[in-house]
Amino acid sequence: MAWTREDMAARAALELQDGFYVNLGIGIPTLVANYIPDGISVTLQSENGMLGMGPFPFEGEADADLINAGKQTITELAQSSYFSSSDSFAMIRGGHINLSILGGMQVAQNGDLANWMVPGKMVKGMGGAMDLVAGVRRVVVVMDHCEKSGAPKVLKACNLPLTGAGVVDLVITDLGVFEIDAKAASMRLTALATGISLDEIAAKTEAEFTVGL
Amino acid sequence: MAKKVQSSANEALAGLLFDGMTVMAGGFGLCGIPENLIAAMRLAGVKDLTVISNNCGIDGFGLGLLLENGQIKKMISSYVGENKLFEHLYLSGALELEFNPQGTLAERIRAGGAGIPAFFTKTGVGTLVAEGKEVRDFDGEAYVMERGLTADLSIIKAWKGDTEGNLVYRKTARNFNPMMATAGKACIAEVERLVEPGQIDPDQIHTPGIYIDRILVGAVYEKRIERVTTQPRPVAEGAL
Repeated sequence: MAWTREDMAARAALELQDGFYVNLGIGIPTLVANYIPDGISVTLQSENGMLGMGPFPFEGEADADLINAGKQTITELAQSSYFSSSDSFAMIRGGHINLSILGGMQVAQNGDLANWMVPGKMVKGMGGAMDLVAGVRRVVVVMDHCEKSGAPKVLKACNLPLTGAGVVDLVITDLGVFEIDAKAASMRLTALATGISLDEIAAKTEAEFTVGL
Repeated sequence: MAKKVQSSANEALAGLLFDGMTVMAGGFGLCGIPENLIAAMRLAGVKDLTVISNNCGIDGFGLGLLLENGQIKKMISSYVGENKLFEHLYLSGALELEFNPQGTLAERIRAGGAGIPAFFTKTGVGTLVAEGKEVRDFDGEAYVMERGLTADLSIIKAWKGDTEGNLVYRKTARNFNPMMATAGKACIAEVERLVEPGQIDPDQIHTPGIYIDRILVGAVYEKRIERVTTQPRPVAEGAL
């Protein structure tokens, strides 16, 4: 047993606070929008130039001029606004966004994040991820704990090209949750996924961590 | 005043194209791309292009058309995404690619158009992006120097424009278009609707006409969507 993608998204949604402006990355982070706790209102930013992202349109109502950063069709809300890419990243770089939740390939105990390329094999590009991790006040990474091969992704040091150095505050995987103190280069395990033992997560984690369950 | 309105994308590009030139193309994915001007550039066959654009379209559409026709030598982009040909050409060494973080790309273009040769940003510090660039401390934090970007030609897409070149974008199709309008030595805007001066409220204009040299109504707008994502319409209570 471990957490599903939905479980991880629900856990990430606990990081939301009322009034937050939030940027959600592609993949599991997008699912976080389905788990916004009752009584909490957040505004979703899409880095291609929108604040106040609404849900997917009804069938037949998709608008080619209205997409999110994952290129999915979306809708606007009463409070929505549109702006250029440079305004969008001024918001991000300038520290006006409270929380960024994004995917990862590797996270290290010093808060380093790699999520944009595997040299010689896979090249997606960083998109807005480097700006988000550099400028947003709190950065949460949601990812599988291990590669499909079983290789650990929570590491002492990343071996893929970095997206940002010392930028990650919290990592949520299918096996548990770690807080990172980047300045101290230390990680603390704060939650275990359903049915996961301390021994199992320790065996699948290369990074050194303390336990504070 | 020189007439800005052109009858077609081909006419609009006349005299502005040369091999080895640098072109900025607006749009994010396929949203807000100058699809008529891209198609005309393919027909014109201009080659060895350096193209500055967030993405490179998709296989078979948008800038993907110029890529598959072998017209692009180098891309300056933030995201390859699911464009298989783009990824393949890059990994095989047939295409040069300069990756820029998306916000850095947007700001480089904004700066280029605003007469700012360089600026400092914390984006990319400690990553490959900062290699070979000046890094300087401001108030105890490290920032990397990035250069402003300009191009020989900008091709952009707006929703509505007037004959003076004043432009209004629609929803998230705005993206990189406003900055690119300012950063080309020449800028061509294609629009869905062309109106007379005065028919756009001056307070609602996103790009003032000073930046636009030529303007045309696109002949065809396919406006493809990369990922149509919808939800089922809820059944009204009592409808059953």
